[in-house]
Amino acid sequence: MLKNMEEHQHDKVLVQIKDLHYARRSVKILKGASIEIQRGKITTIMGPSGCGKTTLLKLIGGQLRPDKGKVIVQGQDVHSLNNEDLYLLRKCMGMMFQSGALFTHLSVYENVAFPLREHTDLSEPLIRTLVLMKLEAVGLRGARNLSPTELSGGMARRVALARAIALDPTIMMYDEPFTGQDPITVGVIMKLIRLLNDSLGMTSIIVSHDVKEVCNISDEIYMISDGHVVGQGDPSDLMHSSSGWVKQFMNALPDGPVPFHYPATPYSEDLLERSG
Amino acid sequence: MLNWLQYLGRSGEHIFERLGKATLFLLQMMCGLATLFKHPRLLVRELYSVGVLSTAIIVISGLTVGMVLGLQMYNTLVDFGTEDSLGPVVALSLTRELGPVLTALLFSGRAGSALTAEIGLMKATDQLSVMEMMAVDPVKRVIIPRFVAGVISMPLLAAMFSAVGILGSYIVGVGLLGVDDGAFWSQMQHKVSLDRDIINGIIKSFAFGIVVSWIAVFQGYDAVPTTEGVGRATTHTVVHSAFAVLGLDFVLTAMMFGDN
Repeated sequence: MLKNMEEHQHDKVLVQIKDLHYARRSVKILKGASIEIQRGKITTIMGPSGCGKTTLLKLIGGQLRPDKGKVIVQGQDVHSLNNEDLYLLRKCMGMMFQSGALFTHLSVYENVAFPLREHTDLSEPLIRTLVLMKLEAVGLRGARNLSPTELSGGMARRVALARAIALDPTIMMYDEPFTGQDPITVGVIMKLIRLLNDSLGMTSIIVSHDVKEVCNISDEIYMISDGHVVGQGDPSDLMHSSSGWVKQFMNALPDGPVPFHYPATPYSEDLLERSG
Repeated sequence: MLNWLQYLGRSGEHIFERLGKATLFLLQMMCGLATLFKHPRLLVRELYSVGVLSTAIIVISGLTVGMVLGLQMYNTLVDFGTEDSLGPVVALSLTRELGPVLTALLFSGRAGSALTAEIGLMKATDQLSVMEMMAVDPVKRVIIPRFVAGVISMPLLAAMFSAVGILGSYIVGVGLLGVDDGAFWSQMQHKVSLDRDIINGIIKSFAFGIVVSWIAVFQGYDAVPTTEGVGRATTHTVVHSAFAVLGLDFVLTAMMFGDN
């Protein structure tokens, strides 16, 4: 497995998603999405709420199994790996969840130290140095003794980011990193994503629906709607796209290919039926 | 009629599906037990939170149950002039039945519900998911230490319950009602057998420990990750544990003491 990963460490495409289908109960979420994530770049998956962006991240991480299609990460078909190999592959991945998902029974310091303690035999002084380095990178070295309940939403995400990069992953995944944050925090997170991606040589995958922020930071954007990729390119390509889906999303139009109304019988029929 | 049969079939299917899932989950835990040798500190921490923090409720309940039992038994035995048998009667009731069963019911209410709520909330706040993404198996890291701590704690707490209960009946019987001190202890020593009564009581509480801890961790791990889902899972833990303990108690009692 390790040898196989090493063979693919210089591939230009780090993550390849081929004709991915995924349904939850009877609802089809992905209907044949194909995406390529380039090594060293920041790629964003955009789309309206509920279109399967977070599901896609979980499929890349092997937490969900697709109904059809493949996810290939560093030359490995994620869903054909056994548990041991999947866990080995996940050591190369970092993920920042929308909620931060910090361990509430551990302090900020212990949260960041957690993956280091689990996967390495480093001495305590070395772990301390690494934890302080990661916290310094996100500007929260001074908050190391706080409990997660004492952090603001933005701080919690920065701690989650420090924890996610503790093992210096090759791929970093961000689930809605800007949602619900004030403009200063959004600016800080944007800066951190770019800085960490470039300085640590990572490949970043962002899932978001914040058009302005994403266009500022991304090298490439994939737009998903109704389970398909409906647009792809760099931010300026998408801004000038002729696709109805892309136009509606990029310009925040309330109606268009993504309808304003949830599917229903005609309004007049509904009213008449009620009055009758 | 057809609807009713449909409902019955669907409910039966659901129950068997859950039982199958819970059994696979138990097997998964059994396969990962070796992880505790790698991280013994995890077990120690859970023994404290599951076991040590349950001692207060166990000691207080054991003492009051023993005192009430002593009083009630004395009132009955004194009519037949056999109040000297108070010691063995209370000791047998506690070690064979009341100790293991009441401890299991109290444990499910105090520690079992807490385990379910804690694991369920970890799931609802993505803490288990993030662990998986960090290549750490949440079953090994979170579930197994809690399960094993529950299994180890239960017999110890049951023994504590019985011991404190006997002390409670001693205070009431000997201290307040005038039963002979020597008769209380000597009859108890004569009538209570180590292997038949005490060991069987420990085996019972060990079995209850497995069942209650299994239900608690499974309900938490399988909870719907919402506020309502975690609340429902916590209720299920207490209710299912009570049914399982009472049902299993009958089976075990029939196996252990059913021959006379």
